[in-house]
Amino acid sequence: MIKKSDVEHVALLARLELSEEEKELYTKQLSDILEHAQTLNKLDTENVPPTAHVLPLKNVFREDEVGDHLDPEKALSNAPDKEESFFRVPKIV
Amino acid sequence: MTQYETIIGLEVHVELKTKTKIFCSCSTEFGAEPNHHVCPVCMGLPGVLPVLNKKVVEYGILAGLALNCQIADFSKFDRKNYFYPDLPKAFQVSQYDLPIAEHGHLEFDTGEGEKRVGITRIHMEEDAGKLVHQGSISTTTHSLVDYNRTGVPLIEIVSEPDMRSPEEAKAYVEKLKAIIQYTDVSDCKMQEGSLRCDANVSVRPLGNKEFGTKVEIKNLNSFKAMQRALEYEIERQIDVVEDNGQIVQETRTWDENKGITLALRSKEEAQDYRYFPEPDLVPVVISREWVDSIKKLLPELPDEKKRRYIEEFGLPPYDASVITVSKDIASFFEACTRNYPEAKAISNWIMGDLTRLLNSHNMDIKECSIKPQQLVEMLKLLDNGTISGKIAKTVFEAMFETGKDPGVIVEEKGLKQISDASAIEGIIDRAIEDNPKSVEDYKKGKKKAIGFLVGQVMKASKGKANPQVVNDILQNKLDHM
Amino acid sequence: MKLYQKTAHRLHEMLLNKEVSSEEITQSVLNRISTVDEKVGAYVTVLGENALDTARKVDRKIKDGTNIHPLAGIPIAIKDNMCTEGIRTTCSSRILYNYMPPYNATVIERLGEVDAVMIGKTNMDEFAMGSSCENSAFFPTCNPWSTDRVAGGSSGGSSASVAADEAIVALGSDTGGSIRLPAAYCGVVGMKPTYGAVSRYGLIAFASSLDQIGPFGKDVTDCALLMNVICGHDPMDSTSVKFDVPDYTTFLANNVKGLKIGIPKEYMGEGIDAEIKNSIQEAAEKLASLGAEVEETGLPHTKHGLSAYYLIAPAEASSNLARYDGVRYGYRAQDPEDMIEMFKKTRSEGFGPEVKRRIMLGTYALSAGYYDAYYNKALKVRTLIKQDFDSAFEKYDVLLSPTSPIPPFKRGEKVDDPLQMYMVDICTLAVNLAGIPAISLPAGMVNGLPVGLQLMGKPFDEGTLLRAAYTFEQNTVHHENKPSI
Repeated sequence: MIKKSDVEHVALLARLELSEEEKELYTKQLSDILEHAQTLNKLDTENVPPTAHVLPLKNVFREDEVGDHLDPEKALSNAPDKEESFFRVPKIV
Repeated sequence: MTQYETIIGLEVHVELKTKTKIFCSCSTEFGAEPNHHVCPVCMGLPGVLPVLNKKVVEYGILAGLALNCQIADFSKFDRKNYFYPDLPKAFQVSQYDLPIAEHGHLEFDTGEGEKRVGITRIHMEEDAGKLVHQGSISTTTHSLVDYNRTGVPLIEIVSEPDMRSPEEAKAYVEKLKAIIQYTDVSDCKMQEGSLRCDANVSVRPLGNKEFGTKVEIKNLNSFKAMQRALEYEIERQIDVVEDNGQIVQETRTWDENKGITLALRSKEEAQDYRYFPEPDLVPVVISREWVDSIKKLLPELPDEKKRRYIEEFGLPPYDASVITVSKDIASFFEACTRNYPEAKAISNWIMGDLTRLLNSHNMDIKECSIKPQQLVEMLKLLDNGTISGKIAKTVFEAMFETGKDPGVIVEEKGLKQISDASAIEGIIDRAIEDNPKSVEDYKKGKKKAIGFLVGQVMKASKGKANPQVVNDILQNKLDHM
Repeated sequence: MKLYQKTAHRLHEMLLNKEVSSEEITQSVLNRISTVDEKVGAYVTVLGENALDTARKVDRKIKDGTNIHPLAGIPIAIKDNMCTEGIRTTCSSRILYNYMPPYNATVIERLGEVDAVMIGKTNMDEFAMGSSCENSAFFPTCNPWSTDRVAGGSSGGSSASVAADEAIVALGSDTGGSIRLPAAYCGVVGMKPTYGAVSRYGLIAFASSLDQIGPFGKDVTDCALLMNVICGHDPMDSTSVKFDVPDYTTFLANNVKGLKIGIPKEYMGEGIDAEIKNSIQEAAEKLASLGAEVEETGLPHTKHGLSAYYLIAPAEASSNLARYDGVRYGYRAQDPEDMIEMFKKTRSEGFGPEVKRRIMLGTYALSAGYYDAYYNKALKVRTLIKQDFDSAFEKYDVLLSPTSPIPPFKRGEKVDDPLQMYMVDICTLAVNLAGIPAISLPAGMVNGLPVGLQLMGKPFDEGTLLRAAYTFEQNTVHHENKPSI
C-alpha cells in the first residue's frame, strides 16, 4: 500500500537520506505497520473527540519577567562549528 | 485588450512588546550581541519545554478586540514542522485551527470613500532566529546563525483577499499599524523587523468570479518595498497570462536590489508543515470576564478619535484622518486643544511645518523638542500680532532646533512685529521714493503694484513690520499723492 | 549480603547507625560495575570521582549530625536521556555522542538537593525507541539473568544496573512500557507514575504526551522513596500537575483487605505466554487470599492500543527529533555541499535504523492527506482506550495483568521484525495512552527468567498501587531472587 515514491517523499520531508536497500526495507515495513493500523478503521469514531492531552489542564502561564540568560560561552559550547558568537553553517543554497 | 483585476491578501507579522520571549524568560530587547539573549528553552536544546507568557495572550486578545475580532473561548497551539537553520526545534510553535481571534475587519479611506478589509484571523506564534550571510545568500560560502530573536512573540494577522491594488494594500498596512500602535502591543517598526508583511497576490480578468492562482511574496519589509514588489508581481502575472502561460502557485521573495520577485527554490520545498497539536503546551481557555477586563485597556482607536475630532473640534475629515494616524500625534494635537480653541490652526501646523521638520530630521513626535504648550503659545503670539505669519515659521524652526519657548526666541532674536505706524512710516516713505515706477503703475490703476511696495517694506523691516499696517498706511499715502 | 546488594532503605539505616559510610557504599557499587558491567553493558558513562565526591559530602553531613534524606549517599543510576549539566548525555545515539547539556533536568536537580549519589548514565534503546535495549548505538544491554537474552527496553540499562547490583536504585523513562518491561525482564520493581506527576523538563523527548520519568528499585519501598523525591509540580513543565505530593512510604502497609482488583481478560488471552499467564493467575490468587476482591473484567478497546500507540508516538517523535540537524550540538556530517545536504547526511548518519523507521512512520502519519486517516484516528482511539479505563476504575481500585506477553527473548531474535518487536508492548502501552500510573514487580520465575506482574491504578493514585505491590512483596519471596552474574 505504500510505494517507494511515498517513502522517498517522506524521507525528504524528514530530511533523511536513504540508501536503496533502506528504501525497499521501509517500503515493506511501513506497509506492514500501516496495514495493521487499518484495523482502527473498523472502529466507528464519528462522535469520539480526539485526545491530544490526557490531562484536563488549561491556562498554564508564566509572568512576563526577565530571567537568566545562558552564558554565551555555554550557549555555543556544543556547536559543531562557530564563528565569534555565531553558529556557523554551510551555505543555504 | 483584457482588463485585469488584482486580488491581494496580506499576512502581517507583528512582534509583541513583551519584556520576555513567548515560552521562556529571555529578554526580547533588540540589538544584543549574537546569541546573548538565549537559554536552553529558546535554543531548543534536547529536553526543554515551553511555558506560555501570559502577556502574549493578553496582547493577542487586545489586538483582536482592536481589530473587531471575535475572541476564541478555547484556543490551542500547534507545531508547524519544517527545517531551517534559524529554527532551532525544526518546528515553529504556532496556532493552526483554533487561533486566538477571528472574523475581524478594519476600514480605511481610499479617497473615494471608506474601504473595509476583513481580518480572517489572528494567531500567536514564536519568531525564528536570524541568518547572517557573508554577502548575498546565493554567493556566500557559509552562513551564521543568531538565536536572539528566536522565541520573540509574534501575532500574525491574516486578511481576507479584499484588496484590489498596491495602494489599497499600503493603506491597509498603514491603518493596521496605526491601530496596533494605539493598543501599544507592538512598536511596529518595519526597519527593526517588528512589523513584517507577506502578500498573496493573484490577477483575474475583470468580471471573472474565480480567483486566479495566488503567489505568495515574502520579504516586504518597507512600504516602498511592498508597493514596488506588488506592482512588479502584478505586471509579471499579467504578462504570464497574456502569453497564455500558467501562474505557478509558489512562494517568491522580493529582491530589493534587483527590483524583482524571485521564486524560492521549490525542488526541495515540498511544503507540508505537518501541523499537529503541541503536546508540551496546554490549551488556553478565555473567559468572558478575562476578555472584558482586557477590553477596559482598549484605548480610543483611530476611527473613533477621527469621528470625535470632526464632531468636537470641527476638523475637516482629511485633517482628522492625518492627525489620528499616530497615537502620539493625536495626543500632541489634543494637548494643544486644551489651551487653544482654534483646532484647525493647530492641525495646520502639525500637518505642515511640524511633519515636514520631523520627516526631514527622521524623528518621531515623541523625540520632538517642541511641546504642545509651546505651539499654543506661538499661536497666541501670532493671534495678538506679536509676530507675523512669516516670522512664525522662523520662530517655529528655532523652537524645533532649540526647544526654547517662542516668547524667548522672539525676544532673543528681536522678531517682534512692528505695528506702530510711526516706526514704519519712515521705511514706507523710503520705499515710495526708491520705486517711482511702481508708484506710477499704481496711480495708473495697476492696483496690484502695491503688493511689490509692501514686499519692499517687509524686506527692509526684516519681516517684522505688520503687513496689514504697512498695507493700510501705504494705501493711504498713495491715494493721497 | 554485600553492600551493593542491599536496598536503599536498608543502607540508609546503616548510614544513620554509622555502620557504613556512603563512600564505602559508593566504592562497593563502583567495584561491582567494574566487575560485571562488561557482561551486562548497563552503563554508557560511569561517574567515579563525581560520585565519590558526593558520597564524601554526605559522610561529612552524617559526621556533623546534619539530618540526611533517605536517599542521601545512595548510588543511583540515571537513564541517559535525562540531561545532566556538564555530563555527557547521549540518548544512546550517535547524533548526541558528544553532547554536554548546559543544564540539569528537574529530576536531577531534585536528586542533587537530597544528595543522592549519581553513579552513572545508563544505556537505552536509542531515543527510548525499543523494547529490548538492543537499539543502542553503542552496545546492547544484556539480561543479567541470562546474558544472551535482552534486558528489555527502553530503560534496559537502568533495570539491568539495579538487577545486577550495579546501582542501588535507578531512574528510567516510560513512553509505552519502557520502565515496566525492563523491570519485568530483569526482575526488579519499576513504576510509571501518572502523566503530569513528574516533571519532564530535561527529559529528552521521545513522545511528549506519553513520556514519564519513574523509579527502579530492588523493592517497592525503594521505589516509594524515589517517588517522594521526583514527584511534584514544576513551573518549567506546562504539563506538570499541581498536587499535594504525599509521603509515598505511608502507603506501604501490608494490607489489601477489601481492595477491588480487576483482571482485564484482554490482557490474559491470545498472545500471552501460558507460563506467564499461570504466574499472573497465582499472583492474583495470592492477593485474593490476602483479602483482595479479585474478578475478571474487560477493557474492550485494548486490541486497538498497539496501532494507536504506534501512530501517536512516532508522530510526536518525528517532530521532537527534528531538532537534531547538526547546527547547534551533537553530530554533524563531514563537508556537506550545502544546508540541506548537511541536514540529510547528519540525520542519516546520526540516527540508527529503528529511530529512522519511527521518524518515517510518524512523518507519514502527519503528512498531508493522511492526518485524519492515521494520526487523528489514533487520537480518537486514544479517547476510547481512556474511557475503557475510566469505566473500569469506577468498579476497581487496581487492574492486574502481566507486564509482558512473553519472557525475555533472545538477543537478535526480533530486531528484523519491527511489528513483532512492537507486540512486546501490548500489555504496557495502553497505560501511557491513558496517562495512568502502573507498577511492575517480580511475580516469580519461568525457566530461570523473571516474570513481571503489572498493577495499574487511577490517576494520581500511586499510593494504592504501592500498597498492593508492597503487600504482595511482603507475602512472597520473588523479589529476593538474584541473578548469578
